[in-house]
Amino acid sequence: MTPTTLPPLNLAVLLAGLALAALPHVLHLPLWASATAAILFLWRLAISWKGLPLPSKFVTVTATIAAIAGDILTYRTIFGRDAGVTLLVLLLALKLMELRSQREIYVVTFLSYFLALTNFFYSQTIPTAVLMLFTVYVVTAGLIGFNAPTCRPVENLRTAGALFLQAGPVMLLLFFLFPRVDGPFWGMPQDAFAGVTGLSDTMSPGSISRLSQSDAIAFRVKFDDKPPPRPRLYWRGPVFWEFDGVTWRPGGLPLLQRGVKFESLDAPVDYEITLEPHNRRWMFALDLPGRLPPRTRISIDYVLLSVRPIRTRMRYQLRSYPSYRATAGADPEDIRLALSYPRGFNPRAQRLAREWRRTLGNDEAILLQAIDFLRTGRYGYTLQPPLLGANSVDEFLFDTKEGFCEHFSSGFVFLMRAAGVPARIVTGYQGGEMNPVDGYMVVRQADAHAWAEVWLGNRGWVRVDPTAVAIPLRVNAGIAAAAPQSAPLLMRTRLNWLRTLRDNWDALGNKWNQWVLGYNPDRQREMMSWFGVRSPSWQSLAMALFWSVGSVIGIVALWLFARYRTADPTQRVWLAFCRKLGRAGVVRSKSEGPLAFGARAAARLPERADAVHAIAGLYVELRYGKDADKGSVARLRSLVRAFHP
Amino acid sequence: MHHGTVPFIAKYNADVHLQPNKRKFMSSSIIQPVIREASTVILGKERQIRLALACLLARGHLLIEDLPGVGKTTLAQALARLLGLNFHRIQFTSDMLPADIIGVSVYDRDTGEFKFHPGPVFAQLILADEVNRATPKTQSALLEAMEEHQVTMEGETRRLPEPFFVIATQNPSHQVGTFPLPESQLDRFMMRIEIGYPDHDAERALLQGTERRDIISALRPHLEPAELAELQASVRTVHAAPPLIDYVQALVEHTRRSPDYVTGLSPRAALSLLHCARAWALLEGRDKVVPEDVQAVLPGIAGHRLRPVHDGVRSSAIDTAEDLMRSVPIP
Repeated sequence: MTPTTLPPLNLAVLLAGLALAALPHVLHLPLWASATAAILFLWRLAISWKGLPLPSKFVTVTATIAAIAGDILTYRTIFGRDAGVTLLVLLLALKLMELRSQREIYVVTFLSYFLALTNFFYSQTIPTAVLMLFTVYVVTAGLIGFNAPTCRPVENLRTAGALFLQAGPVMLLLFFLFPRVDGPFWGMPQDAFAGVTGLSDTMSPGSISRLSQSDAIAFRVKFDDKPPPRPRLYWRGPVFWEFDGVTWRPGGLPLLQRGVKFESLDAPVDYEITLEPHNRRWMFALDLPGRLPPRTRISIDYVLLSVRPIRTRMRYQLRSYPSYRATAGADPEDIRLALSYPRGFNPRAQRLAREWRRTLGNDEAILLQAIDFLRTGRYGYTLQPPLLGANSVDEFLFDTKEGFCEHFSSGFVFLMRAAGVPARIVTGYQGGEMNPVDGYMVVRQADAHAWAEVWLGNRGWVRVDPTAVAIPLRVNAGIAAAAPQSAPLLMRTRLNWLRTLRDNWDALGNKWNQWVLGYNPDRQREMMSWFGVRSPSWQSLAMALFWSVGSVIGIVALWLFARYRTADPTQRVWLAFCRKLGRAGVVRSKSEGPLAFGARAAARLPERADAVHAIAGLYVELRYGKDADKGSVARLRSLVRAFHP
Repeated sequence: MHHGTVPFIAKYNADVHLQPNKRKFMSSSIIQPVIREASTVILGKERQIRLALACLLARGHLLIEDLPGVGKTTLAQALARLLGLNFHRIQFTSDMLPADIIGVSVYDRDTGEFKFHPGPVFAQLILADEVNRATPKTQSALLEAMEEHQVTMEGETRRLPEPFFVIATQNPSHQVGTFPLPESQLDRFMMRIEIGYPDHDAERALLQGTERRDIISALRPHLEPAELAELQASVRTVHAAPPLIDYVQALVEHTRRSPDYVTGLSPRAALSLLHCARAWALLEGRDKVVPEDVQAVLPGIAGHRLRPVHDGVRSSAIDTAEDLMRSVPIP
């Protein structure tokens, strides 16, 4: 095969850009694919530096078939996010093996741009954006290098930087002014949400304590007024009815409605939630939401549900009524479900509950007795609870006495049901932390919580938090205070500087989310209204885009023109003279001196020879002579003006 | 002569008339007969004669690199006679020692003292013939004398006569038994020129004409030593305007930036370029330097100092300079 003739240094720059685009993918590519790509990469570098031959067509074709086969074996498909990106990385690395001509350079360059883009399938944070901007910069420098083979890479990097600076304003204008369309046109591939953390649709011992290890943000809240005190911040998520002794499940399909009838007892709270995508349909709200946001429903157990799974960051306004009475609408079938429990397990708890029912008789008294039982039981709060056997409730309540919120709520609801009081489990988040930098409240996965609701005929469903009863610190001060050793590092409160740093970083991330990632038609309207444009149509946005981009390009062009415009008036007149002669067919080469050019022009146009000599002589006098005066410039100008070849 | 490769350097002399009201530079009228008469000895080589004179006026030394028999010695002799300089010719050989050039101190039995016998370097115009046949040690003795305009022998420094001008000749270096001057030594020569074969008409005139030696011996000096010194001094007064200096800088910077050359031109080369261009302008009878003057001397200044990277077939100095000239626009 022919040895490569591409300049090794330029190729190295291009490969560096490609490596930057591919490197973040190593985190999620299968090991064999990363290793193959790395080997091909190094091989190409060796080919270029040592002047080795490129591999034969047979080798590349075989390797391509193997790559596709490997992709299919790993993912069972070549479509979707992971399989697609893996295939792209592999084929791009293989394409390097037939990098011979300028045309293939272009293919690789533009695929590198695309590969840089695919990183946003995995992460849309500021660091990713910065890294990808840098990647595009390096790839661009490589592209320039192949188009200007005589320039050194340093100069190419400078050119790429200048291009970037010039493109920056245009990019921003396009971003902010391009008419936005609502809808799933550029949604994420289906498999992009395989690993997101969040509440799940079942609850068993350990499921929430596992979540508590994560400081990932679940959602952010902006309160219109002062936020309610922490012990009232119960963000409702999925509700569970069915218990098989180990796992709690929802009570069948959610029954949806457009709103809940209830009686408000106190002032409402207004707030806006920015929910991180979690690929489930439930949305979080304080109890009980009044009017629902568009395209949402509420289930009969008061869970706010989106019509579609939430796959992009979502913003919605709510008004909640924290004190309420909702006595209507309890179906007897639901009450029956809220009383069921597996009979064969947890005999001790069943005995205790039946004892309460026998001695106390009334639901409210039983509830108070249970609360008292938990408060005085000396229970411990831990993220690493001991493993429990088949009678998990018994073991927790009477033996180990250590657990997390799912143990408390599960044990409590079991006791209630065994005593004949309808009860259910509610999961969600409790608390949240105010970021003093931007005034947003941040709720993290570590704030995940489980509590209980009991049905008291005259008061409807009443929230009881068994964890708060046993461990008041959990609700009053938050998870980090209640279990300081096991909270995620960034949530520990003792490291003040770390906390400030985190608050600032969070606030920046929030701004980014709100204004860059969450820049939707609403935001666009909001932004345009700052400039005094109310409800712009897409036509007026397009016009604004056209004129603003046009004027930016115009300003840059004027600036460049001014920089290259010759300052010396003599030189300007001379260049005008050269242009006149150029139109007459006597073109001055850029390296031709005035006297030589004059002599040549005079020879070509013998009848104008005197004028040409006069102009050339005067120009030389003015530009290269010792004492030129202003009047001579005017004379030169009039000579040139009068000159017609 | 490379007629095809110098399209706009030599041609304009005859065509361009300066403004009649401008005073012609006095010095040019003195030097014109020298050029004219030298051209009768070395036929069809006016350009080379002018370059050699420009180099002399700019107080630089000249290296002529060409095949034997094209008139290197004749040119040197003719210049020496026409300028009224005393002239020594040193034929370099491989067994030559520095003392053979500089001179020796010999013990004088009558006076009981060492008496210095000056070597052939003590002359105003030296023709160092076939300088690349001498050993590096001997070469450097000459080059030091060129640089310092003085020689030091046994602790005593002796000035060389003024003006002091060396024309060294060198055969193309791929001949057997030569020590080609290294690049650092080449830089000591302000200019290197090639003479080249005469064209058809010039050769015919040469064959039909009188014996060269007779013509040279008939030549009469046209300049007094003082006049030559004055000419050399007036080179400095030739005006180089800022745009012209921009041009010199652009040329030099291009050689340093461009990947086409192994090394760029040194600041000394830049100074030589400007100074030679001044001398060339003076020979043209101008009181200011124009870009054409720079272009005229550029092959002589840059040819031996620049080595193109892709130098498969050793390109001639004029080709190298033409490439350089073409790639740098005149500001």
